Amino acid sequence: MERVPGARHRAPGPPPMADDLLKLSGITKRFPGVLALDNVDFGVRAGEVHALMGENGAGKSTLIKVATGVYDADGGLIELYGSAIRPRSPAEAVRLGISTVYQEVNLVPNLTVAENICLGREPRGPLGIKWSALRARAGAAIERLGLSIDVRRSLGGCSIAIQQMVAIARALDVSAKVLVLDEPTSSLDAAEVAQLFGVVRRLRGEGLGIVFVTHFLDQVYEISDRITILRNGQKVGAWETASLSRLDLVTNMIGRDATELSRPFGGQAAPKEAGAPLVVARDVGRRGAVSGVSFSLHSGEVLGLAGLLGSGRTETARIVFGLDGHDRGILDIEGAHQRLGPRSSIRRGFGFCSEDRKAEGIFPEMNVRENILIALQGRRGWFWKLPAARQKTVASDLVARLRIQPPDIERPIQFLSGGNQQKVLLARWLAIEPRLLILDEPTRGIDVGAKFEIMSLVESLRAKGTAFLFISSELSEVVRTCTIVLVMRDRRAVKTLASNEISEDGIIATIAGEDQ
Amino acid sequence: MRSQRGPMPIWFWALAFLAGVLLFNLIFTPGFFHVEVREGRFFGSLVDILNRGAPVALLSLGMTLVIATGGIDLSVGAVMAIGGTVAACLIAHPPDSPIGGLDLHGSTPMIICAALFAALLCGLLNGLLVSFLELQPIIATLLLMVAGRGIAQLLADGKIVTFQAKGFERIATGTTTMLPNPIWIAFVCFALFGLVTRRTSLGLFIEATGSNPIAARVAGVNARGIKITVYALCAVMSGLAGIIGAADIQAADANNAGLYFELDAILAVSVGGTSLMGGRYSLIGSIVGAYLMQTLTTTILTRGVSPEVTLVLKAVVVVAVCLLQATSFRQLFAKKVPA
Repeated sequence: MERVPGARHRAPGPPPMADDLLKLSGITKRFPGVLALDNVDFGVRAGEVHALMGENGAGKSTLIKVATGVYDADGGLIELYGSAIRPRSPAEAVRLGISTVYQEVNLVPNLTVAENICLGREPRGPLGIKWSALRARAGAAIERLGLSIDVRRSLGGCSIAIQQMVAIARALDVSAKVLVLDEPTSSLDAAEVAQLFGVVRRLRGEGLGIVFVTHFLDQVYEISDRITILRNGQKVGAWETASLSRLDLVTNMIGRDATELSRPFGGQAAPKEAGAPLVVARDVGRRGAVSGVSFSLHSGEVLGLAGLLGSGRTETARIVFGLDGHDRGILDIEGAHQRLGPRSSIRRGFGFCSEDRKAEGIFPEMNVRENILIALQGRRGWFWKLPAARQKTVASDLVARLRIQPPDIERPIQFLSGGNQQKVLLARWLAIEPRLLILDEPTRGIDVGAKFEIMSLVESLRAKGTAFLFISSELSEVVRTCTIVLVMRDRRAVKTLASNEISEDGIIATIAGEDQ
Repeated sequence: MRSQRGPMPIWFWALAFLAGVLLFNLIFTPGFFHVEVREGRFFGSLVDILNRGAPVALLSLGMTLVIATGGIDLSVGAVMAIGGTVAACLIAHPPDSPIGGLDLHGSTPMIICAALFAALLCGLLNGLLVSFLELQPIIATLLLMVAGRGIAQLLADGKIVTFQAKGFERIATGTTTMLPNPIWIAFVCFALFGLVTRRTSLGLFIEATGSNPIAARVAGVNARGIKITVYALCAVMSGLAGIIGAADIQAADANNAGLYFELDAILAVSVGGTSLMGGRYSLIGSIVGAYLMQTLTTTILTRGVSPEVTLVLKAVVVVAVCLLQATSFRQLFAKKVPA
């Protein structure tokens, strides 16, 4: 058996299952400055659904990309049916029998279902593509999944669930042995998930090994046979699903850092219930996004939205800021329930720092000054331009206060590091002197020093009366900062924790659903 | 190559080419720079370039703002035809024209306002299609590009409307302080556009809308209002160019007025360094681009080369300027230079 150069020897442990269909051992993958995978073992057996779990940056996608030939591992061994393989491209992995269906459907909406299934491997005759053979082959692939779809329909006209299953049919058109499903359910509703799981069970019955990546705990317990958990590029462990409690699952995914359990900011000092609440939500929901959100938020409070990725945190924040509407419940903004757009939210002094810096935050070719002042200027209207001197003072003050590097307000923001871009976006909202600031993952992807600065800033603004809606995957931040925590699970708000109930254990137990 | 404080302005290459063409003329075209005073006004190739280039310069101003929001306006040529036809009909009152009966008593300012108002309506239509119905700009403005000439022909009852009106003709043929009026019109519009977009935050909002529309919405920029505004401004400029065109020939030809001018305007904008992807824009660049192409045309005509060559040469220059602006193209050569 050949070993990839640089492979580490596998740590002693329980003997690997003899019947692993696909086995990855000691996989190591480095990116510049990051060890994305550190000596990770993973195996999937024939006829099982194996869930791969972990928070953002745990290494799930990297591991899948190594297995499917997108990345070449720096060390480790991949075996299929006991013989070493080293796929160098996704196409080669497919030929070997490892197929992948990604979260975003990588198909062509303008083509028909049949064309999508056979794209790139159409049956050909002397007169070009043999259309009847193509349709027959596609029909057979769809039938194998137990579905009935007219393969002549254009794909774009099908629901996302059907598109997802067409993608599976396409993946299975070649003789796949292992099927990797990367977050296949993230844009499906409950009925569609059930339909998809029917297909997955059918394939499991046929003896395929299925790797299932998801953030939804209920789905993991519904469909998977085994669970492997990754955290920070390392394998935490592998369990039979039946033997792993939800609490253990969540604890292992999130992990805990004992040194961060202290609450140096005193964030839970009960705020004065001064005046009317800024925002009151009563059973607010939006179809396909989130449901059952109830809270009231006063000045000087920090409301944390805790939950795993995809649990409905961002969706809630978008509804409060008016980026998305809600179709259930009542959302009172300062005593009046009305639909708000982002512009009227900003006029009220609300700010929204998106988790997706690139898509929803920065204007890449515009400079730091313009990126900071755009929201303030937007509130003043196009005609009342801030005088140049005032622009310079406001921007320079914020750059100095947030220690943005380099301290050059005329530099295009695209030349700043991610952490500094994040600070510029914070500065944008601080410039409007917000009464409510929504922070969605404000510390993601930035270094420890910058994290600390941002957290201190939140605390000092809160003390002065700013309200916050705070979203973070790092529970220690939530615990330290928040005065109330709304715990979310699988797109529902499940529990509100008052300031004296906030603890990492409590939050983890609620996320895991142990209280049910 | 570029210092940290002062990056090269995006219109650098267009200006460099313009300087190059002028230098070529200085050496090889005798009398190109000769300007003389005749009948109380300046004459010469340079004056001619500024005068002839004015309509495309006007179009390119509006087009710059539209392109900066990430859009495009294909209807400017057709709107020119509408503007010119409305003005001509209000002067000449052709019997079968639907607006021939409207009597503005020959008042030149009123006629200009009416023609610009017609153009404004066209721009609002474009803006509404793009911002509220969210049609792709190329499709939305294609509608008016096709239908606009039809509307102009209906207004003119399918005829070329000729007229005699000393006051109105002065817009194109008269002079102010010895320079032809179109030069002044282009200059004043350029100054107004610069003032309105840079002295207010309109320019910032236009760039934000084009740079990242989603982030602009999150940051509270009224992207819809901005889009309607730029399409409206662009159409008013087209109407003005159409008025100049009609005044110049004392006739409105709905079929041929401003034909293919939308392409010249788009070329001027992209040669001037504004990216068709939207975002950062430069009004100076577009003006330089417009006059670069007019200078090329005039150069070829004065040198007696057949006019067909003009088009090919224009294309060569446009490709060259655009390539030089492209970062990837410059890197191609930067790599070959040993560090």
